[in-house]
Amino acid sequence: MKANVLDLPEKEYLLAGNRGCAGCGLSLAYRHILKALEGKALVTVTAGCLTVIQGMYPLTSVQVPSVNTPFASVGSAASGLVAGLRALRRKDLIVLAFAGDGATCDMGIQALSGAADRATDFIYICDDNEGYMNTGTQRSSSTPFGAITSTTPVRGNMRFAKDMPKIMEDHNIPYVCTTSSSYPLDLYEKMRKAKDIKGTRYVHLYTPCPPGWRFPTAQTVRVGKLAVETAMVVLYEVRDGVFRLTGPSKKMAEEGKTRPVTDYLRLQGRFAKLTEQDERRIQDWATRRWQGYLERDSRSKAAASDVDAQEPSEG
Amino acid sequence: MAVRLCRVQVASAYPITPQSPVSETLARLVESGELATEFVDVESEHSAMAVVSASSLVGARSFTATSSQGLAYMHEMLHWTAGARLPVVMACVNRAVGAPWSILNDQQDSISQRDTGWMQMYARDNQEILDTIIQAFKIAESVYVPVMVCYDGFVLSHTNMPVDIPSQADVDAFLPPYKPQYVIDAADPRTYNAVTLANPRRDASGLMRQGYMEFRQQLHEALESAHDRIKQVDQEFAAVFGRSHGGMAWGYSLDDAEIAMVTMGSLGMEATVAVDRLRQRGCKAGVLGIRAFRPFPKGEVIELLRSAKTAVVFEKDISYGSEGAVCSELKAALYGSQARIPVHGYIVGLGGRDVKARELEAVVEGLTGAGAMDGRQNGKPRWLSLG
Repeated sequence: MKANVLDLPEKEYLLAGNRGCAGCGLSLAYRHILKALEGKALVTVTAGCLTVIQGMYPLTSVQVPSVNTPFASVGSAASGLVAGLRALRRKDLIVLAFAGDGATCDMGIQALSGAADRATDFIYICDDNEGYMNTGTQRSSSTPFGAITSTTPVRGNMRFAKDMPKIMEDHNIPYVCTTSSSYPLDLYEKMRKAKDIKGTRYVHLYTPCPPGWRFPTAQTVRVGKLAVETAMVVLYEVRDGVFRLTGPSKKMAEEGKTRPVTDYLRLQGRFAKLTEQDERRIQDWATRRWQGYLERDSRSKAAASDVDAQEPSEG
Repeated sequence: MAVRLCRVQVASAYPITPQSPVSETLARLVESGELATEFVDVESEHSAMAVVSASSLVGARSFTATSSQGLAYMHEMLHWTAGARLPVVMACVNRAVGAPWSILNDQQDSISQRDTGWMQMYARDNQEILDTIIQAFKIAESVYVPVMVCYDGFVLSHTNMPVDIPSQADVDAFLPPYKPQYVIDAADPRTYNAVTLANPRRDASGLMRQGYMEFRQQLHEALESAHDRIKQVDQEFAAVFGRSHGGMAWGYSLDDAEIAMVTMGSLGMEATVAVDRLRQRGCKAGVLGIRAFRPFPKGEVIELLRSAKTAVVFEKDISYGSEGAVCSELKAALYGSQARIPVHGYIVGLGGRDVKARELEAVVEGLTGAGAMDGRQNGKPRWLSLG
């Protein structure tokens, strides 16, 4: 299942020259997502960065059918598309819902929760750039502690982000994963896996945002990688309730090393006002969370080896 | 029943009093396998409308139903569905809107959605509800505008009357399968309802495409064109099923009426009872029933009121700080016509307050004679049977 660049389809479903900002992490990720689905997607997208990337009538940058829907309704619009395709007995398209962290963690959480509760057969992608970046960088419930946004302009955000993938895990859906635009192959592998699973699949996609996070446009991939290397962002998947670290996070666990969060924070203007105490709080938060993930990962491994021990004939 | 007869492909609803019997019946028929409809049991009305909007876009005939707070919660999606030109049909079981809480009937809920781009039709009895839903799909799917079929909560929703159920074969012949404007196709991908600029703009092939304002004008013209379509569909329906509901508006004893009682929904039935009794006492009264509120039956209203010297509107809604919505519409329709008649507005039956035929008769008798032409009574709404 390990992908390499040669596995990627050559066909492009997202055209170059679109309206994405310079250095946009989402634009990079969306390109690989559509490749993974080989264009067999019916996308529904709410107001957000992807709306802008997809372009303005009568032009579009996207080569799959795409249905715009209001902010609170991505989960429900996807349910309607799935129901409509089922009613017409069409099996040619995978419904792919796309929303930012504001539309997912804030206003759209109800419709998403409803869709997951109904075991709607679709893939939901939360494009998490940690704030309302499309509307001028306001705070969302996915904004990290200490970040300056246009609605936390003085002291920075004083709340830690909501753990949205964990909330989705508790909906008992067959697949939840986190991934990042800085690791396109990790994203590609997870999309290929999600494509073949029935039911609600939730993909939490981290996308660094140069204008919103205030870093140079050439640093998008680097910032995204540092987020993972400092364990500010952890890459994992939960398949039928079984947790496992993946890709670079798995490697970090094996090697037993993480970088200090300051390596990640100091590259971004949004963290310019952090005090030493703030930075310690962020480091403690990241360390505690990372420990939790390590424990979950080892518990999964232990459980798997128990099963192997009980059923030796299977091997 | 109408949902089954119309071969609805996707239905979605969230329970709310007094719409709940609709949600429950749909869920039961689907679960028992009697109805081959995809039923999506959503977590809110906003989602219900998002579901049927999306399924209609895919090409499935789609239906939902709601009331009151639920309709208000849908508001954003009502605009979206009409703007996207999706021929969804929705039953609105009219109920008062809070605060304070009330589960009982008036029409403030649907009247509050007047400018969302939906057609609104009001039924006066249970037979008309069934027939209007069948007609509504045919109307909606020919002009690509959604239709709200409104009927009074409890008064109609929780009462039984014998209803003639058309045969499936006749309905199939009357209502052909839904043909969407676009077919979703990966080989011919389109982006639907993208950001649209104020001014027209060229597409990739250099062709000029409309701006936002042209889309809005087209929606308006679609509703204007629906005016004739509603009448035509009612006539076609009458030809097949032997029942007409008056198209845009209906009249009762209006031919020689000197005073016309103007109503919408089940109040029309109450008014006909009042008219029969008034006529026995020698008072030349009649009833004008508004069946379509959007588009508004301007021409029909003028025609039906040709002999009337006074009109009195009884309605279950109020545009706060102004007057009842139907009253305003009627005055606007009469403005510039030959009919120079006083229009009196009465607000009645809000929050389920009983409206008795006797009370309507008393108002009509008070307005005939000396007070009838008194222009000073115009402008301010009066409230019937206040405590």
